[in-house]
Amino acid sequence: MSDTFKPEIIAFCCHYTIYNFARDLQGLTKSGFPENVKIEKVSCSGRVARVHLLRTLEEGADGVYVVGCEEEKCHNGAGSRRAKKRSEYVKDVLLQLGMEPERTEMFFMPRGDEAKFIDIAREMVEKIKALGPSPLRGK
Amino acid sequence: MVEQKKADINSKSGAIVVVGGGISGIQSALDAANSGFKVYLVEERPSIGGVMAQLDKTFPTNDCSTCMLSPKLIEVSKNPNIEIISYAEIQDVVGSPGDFRVTVRKKARYVDAQKCIGCGICASKCPKKVADEFNQRLGKRKAIYLTFAQAIPPIYTIDRENCLYFKKGRCRACEKFCPNKAIDFEQQDETIEVEAGAVILAPGFETFDARLKGEYGYGRHANVLTSLDYERILSAGGPFSGHIQRPSDGRKPRKIAWIQCVGSRDATVGCEYCSSVCCMYATKQALISRDHDREIETAIFYIDIRAQGKGFDRYYERARSEGGVRYIRSMVSRVVENPQDKTLEITYVGDPGQIRVESFDLVVLSVGLRPSLAAKNLAKRLDIELNEFGFCQTRPLDVVSTSREGIFVSGAFQGPKDIPNTVIQASSAAGAAGALLADVRGTMIKEKVYPKERQVAGQQPRIGVFVCHCGSNIAGVIDVKAVAESARSLPYVVFATDYLFSCSTDSQNEIKKAIEDHELNRIVVASCSPRTHEALFQETLREAGLNRYLFEMANIRDQNSWVHVANGQDATEKAKDLVRMSVARATRLKPLLDMSFEVIPKALVVGGGVAGLTAALALAENGYQTCLVEKSEELGGNTRFIHYTEDGARPAEYMRELIQKVKGDPLITVYTRANILDYSGHVGNFSSTISVDGEKRSVSYGAAIIAMGGEVYKPQEYLYGQDDRVLTQREFEQRLAAGRNELENVKNVVMIQCVGSREEGHPYCSRICCTDAIKNSRKFKELNPAANVYILFRDMRTFGFREVYYKRAREEGIRFIRYEPERKPHVVEENGKLKINIYDQNLGTEIGLEADCLVLSTAIRPYPDSRKLADIFKLPLDQDGFFMEAHLKLRPLDFANAGFFLCGIVHGPKFVDESIAQAKGAVSRACTILSRRQMFIGGALAHVDEARCILCLTCVRTCPYEVPKMAEEKWAIVIDAAACQGCGNCASACPRGAITVDHNTDEQYIAQISALYKLSAVAG
Repeated sequence: MSDTFKPEIIAFCCHYTIYNFARDLQGLTKSGFPENVKIEKVSCSGRVARVHLLRTLEEGADGVYVVGCEEEKCHNGAGSRRAKKRSEYVKDVLLQLGMEPERTEMFFMPRGDEAKFIDIAREMVEKIKALGPSPLRGK
Repeated sequence: MVEQKKADINSKSGAIVVVGGGISGIQSALDAANSGFKVYLVEERPSIGGVMAQLDKTFPTNDCSTCMLSPKLIEVSKNPNIEIISYAEIQDVVGSPGDFRVTVRKKARYVDAQKCIGCGICASKCPKKVADEFNQRLGKRKAIYLTFAQAIPPIYTIDRENCLYFKKGRCRACEKFCPNKAIDFEQQDETIEVEAGAVILAPGFETFDARLKGEYGYGRHANVLTSLDYERILSAGGPFSGHIQRPSDGRKPRKIAWIQCVGSRDATVGCEYCSSVCCMYATKQALISRDHDREIETAIFYIDIRAQGKGFDRYYERARSEGGVRYIRSMVSRVVENPQDKTLEITYVGDPGQIRVESFDLVVLSVGLRPSLAAKNLAKRLDIELNEFGFCQTRPLDVVSTSREGIFVSGAFQGPKDIPNTVIQASSAAGAAGALLADVRGTMIKEKVYPKERQVAGQQPRIGVFVCHCGSNIAGVIDVKAVAESARSLPYVVFATDYLFSCSTDSQNEIKKAIEDHELNRIVVASCSPRTHEALFQETLREAGLNRYLFEMANIRDQNSWVHVANGQDATEKAKDLVRMSVARATRLKPLLDMSFEVIPKALVVGGGVAGLTAALALAENGYQTCLVEKSEELGGNTRFIHYTEDGARPAEYMRELIQKVKGDPLITVYTRANILDYSGHVGNFSSTISVDGEKRSVSYGAAIIAMGGEVYKPQEYLYGQDDRVLTQREFEQRLAAGRNELENVKNVVMIQCVGSREEGHPYCSRICCTDAIKNSRKFKELNPAANVYILFRDMRTFGFREVYYKRAREEGIRFIRYEPERKPHVVEENGKLKINIYDQNLGTEIGLEADCLVLSTAIRPYPDSRKLADIFKLPLDQDGFFMEAHLKLRPLDFANAGFFLCGIVHGPKFVDESIAQAKGAVSRACTILSRRQMFIGGALAHVDEARCILCLTCVRTCPYEVPKMAEEKWAIVIDAAACQGCGNCASACPRGAITVDHNTDEQYIAQISALYKLSAVAG
C-alpha cells in the first residue's frame, strides 16, 4: 500500500478506561497518538451494539475498534465481554460480505494504561494501512 | 431534625473549620458540606491535595493516586459550601464548642486570586528556576508556580524568597505577560476571622529526616533516596517523567534496595513507634519498579513485614512469589558509596548470623511518618494535648476527640496510618463535629437558585460553538480561528467564536450573553475534556436557563492538541472533524428532566455489636430515627468479651453503658432476634420487611448501615478442644479478667500466633492478634511476675503506637520465637504434660517448650450468614467473605450500591476503637443522604418502549444492577429510573431495539460518526 494512505479510524472507548480513571490522554503528549483515530465516548463498552460498528464502516470508516475494561474488571460486570462478543459477530459479517474481518477489533485494557492505549491505536492504524481503504469508502 | 432549621436556636454556628487540605481534610470537608454545614478548608500550602498528590500508585490495588485524588479535588472546588482558604494558617481559636472564633492568616500570593485564570504564561516567562519541593527537590519549578498540574485552587503563587523582583528589584516578567493583569506585587498578608461551631485538625505528617541516620548516607550519597523521593521518580508527572534513573548519572538502575524502619521502631531517633505504612509502600514501589522494567532486581531489608490491612497480605505474598521481590529479614548496619561508579554497598547480617555485603545501584530509605513542627506549634497555640511523640493525643476508644472539646482530629496527625484508615477517621471526625452541631445543621449553607428552564422542544436547533485557545495549550498547535470559521458554516450553527479561556469567569458570562442574544438552544464547547469541565459548562447553561443536557463538548485539547503537538495542520483538521461530529450530536440532543423525590430521614442499622450500636447512637445524635436489627437475643457482640486494652480502655464496661444509652434513646427502635427478609427501593427511599421473633414488620429508610460483625475462629488444630489447657486468646482474657486465682498455678504460658490466619483458604492477617497477645501476656506477667511467657510468631504486627507495648513486653522478659509457616509449631501431650516443639531459627535446632497453658491467637472470620445478608441487599463480598467496600482506598465506608454503608468487622478484622471510628464515619456518610430533603436522579437513563417489548427478558439477564422488572399489569418490562445507572448494556442487548438510553441514543452515536464522513449527515 502506498504511504500516502491515511486510514480513518473510530475508537469506541468506555467512559471508565479513558475518562474516569486515566487522565484523558494527557500523558500522550510526546508519544505519537495517531491523529487519524477519533474517539467516540460511550457509557460502557457494553453499550456498543453491532449496528454501531457496522454503521461506522458503512459510513466510510476504514476501521473501527472498541476499547473496554479488562474482562473481570468491567464496571458494569460483563459489559466489555459483551463488546468482545459483538465485535466477533461483526467480524463474521465482514467475512461474509467479502471484507477483511481485521477492520474491526475489540481490546481489553486496564484503566489508565496510557501506553497500552497508544499501542492499540498504532496497531490498528498499521493494520488498516496494510489492508488499504475500505471498499465502502465514499459510497 | 430537618424541620428545626433556624439560626436562632442558640449562638451555635453551623460552620466547621477543617485545618489541612490533604486527603483527610478533603474527606472531612466533603462529608460536612454534604450533610448541611458550611466548611472553611484551611491549607498551609498554596493548593490542596497533600502528600497523596505526590504519590505515584497506591497499595494494594496499584491504582494511580492522582487519578483517584483529582476528582475529589474538583468536587471540593465545585461545592458551593466549601470555601478553600489556601496558603494560610490558623492563628488562634477562641470561644467554646459550638461557638468558636477562628483567626486565619492568609499569606500574600502576589497574584490576584479573582483574576488568575491559571494559564501558566507567567511561569513560562519567569526566568528564575527553583528546586521544586513537590518533586522532592529532584526537579525545578519557577519562582511563580502552581504546586502541581491539577492543583486546586488553580491559582499561581509567587515565591517571595526566590522572586527576582523581590530580591533584586527588577524583572516583573510575569506582570508584563499576564493576560489578565492578575499579578499584584503590592499584595499583603491578611488576617481574617471566621465563626465556626467546630474545628477539625488534619494537618497531616512529614517524613522522617533521613539525614539523622548518618550511616545510610542520605544527603551525602546521590543514589540514596527517601521513599517519597522515589515516589516522585516513579510518577509520570515527576522529575524524570516516570523513567527510573539514578540521580548521579541518569543511568537505569539494575538493582534497587529498600531499607525499612528508617525513623521507625527506633528509640535512638525518638521514634519508637511503627509508622504502619512503610512495609506496604516499599512492597508497592518494588512491584511497580519491576512493572516498569522486568530487568530490575529488588530487595527489601526488613524486621517484620506488617501487612495488617485489608488485602495487604495477598499483595505481599504476590510480591514475594510472582512479583519477584526479594525480602531479606535483616537490619542494615551501613550503606557505603563506591566513589567511582556511585553504586552502594549494603552491609547486613544474613540469616545464619553472618555479615554480608551486597551492592546496589540505588537505595531507597523507607522513612517513617512524624508530625510536622508546624502542626505541633498549632497544637500548642490551640492548647491541644500531644502524646510523647508529638502526635495529637486522643482518648481511649475515641480516636477523633482531642483534649479540647469541639476540636476534633483526623489523619496522620493522630498517629501514622494508611489512606483508607485516614478516610475512615476523616468521615468520623466530620460525623463527630456534625453531631455536636446537629441542631444548627443547614443554617449556613446556600442552595443555588437557577432561572426557569427555557422550553426548547419543537424548536429548530440554534447551535452556538465556542472554541477555546486554552492559552497556548490548544492555540499553540491548532488554528483555533479556522476551527471556529468552519463551525460557522455547519447546519444549525448560528453563532461561533473563540475564547482565550472558555472556562474563565468572563468567558462564562459571554457564553451566557450569547445564549440570550442569539437565542441559542444547543451549546458546543471545543476545549479541554468533559472529564474536568463538562459539569462547569453545564452549570453555565443552567444559569442561562438552558437544560444541562443541551450541552456537548468536543475534546480538542486532551485528545488532540496535546497529543499531536508536532502536527498542527492535521490537528486542526481533526479539530474541525471533532467539532462537526459534536454539532451533529448536539442537533439531536434533547432536554432531559432530573427527577426529584423526597428523602426518608430514617436509617436502618444491621447488627447490634459495638459498630452497630455506635452507629445507631450517632444517627440518633444527628437527629435521625433509626431502626437497629440484631439477629441474636442480646446486644453487645464481641466487645462484651474484651475487658481491657493497653491504652487503658475498658471495652466491656463501655459496652454495658452503650447498650443502656441505645435502649434509652427515643429515636432508636431495637429489634433483637430479628432478620432482614427483603429490600426494595433506591437511595434515599428504601423499604424492607423484617422478621422479629417470627413476626413480620416493614420499615422504610433513606440509608442503611451494615454492621453485622464477625466471629472468632474455633481452632481444629493444636489439641484445642481435646486438652483443657489449650485456650483461645479470648478465653485466656476471660480468665485474666476474672482475677488472679484462676491462673495462679500457671507457670509457663505459650502463645501461638496466626492460628487460622495467613494460611491457605484464609490468606489474610487478622490484624488484632499480635496486639492481643502482647496485651494478655503483659497482664498475665503483671499478675504472675515469676511466670514464663513465650510467644511463637511469624511477623509481630504491632503497628502504630502499639509497637511501644511490644517493646515493653520484650523488656519485661516475655520471650518471642519466630516460626515459618513451613515449620509450624507441633503440640503433643506427653505423660500428661503439654509440650510444644518448635524450630528455633537462632539456634538452628528444634526446641521443646512445656506449657501449663497454651493460648491460641485465633483468626477473625466473617459470619457464615454474611452471604445471606449480602444476597438480600445485593451487596458484594470479597474473597475472604467480608463485605466489599466501593473502593479499597477512598471509599472504605461506602458500598458501590448508593445508600448503603458499612462499619466494623464486616469490613475486615479491626480493633474496638477502629470499629467505633468506622461506625461514626459510616454515620457521617449516611448523613450526606439523610440531611437532604430531596434528591435528584439524573435523566440519562434507559426506558422501554412497551409497545415493542416482547418480554424476552434479555435485559433482565443483561443488567448488572438487576433493574429491569416485569410489570405484569402492563405485560412489559419497566426500568425504575431511580435505580438505573445508565450504562446502556440493556439497550444494546435488546433484540427488538425496544430500549432507549436517553442522551446516549443510537441516533446520536450514528449521527456523530456519519458526520465525520458526510457533511450532509450533520443535519440529518
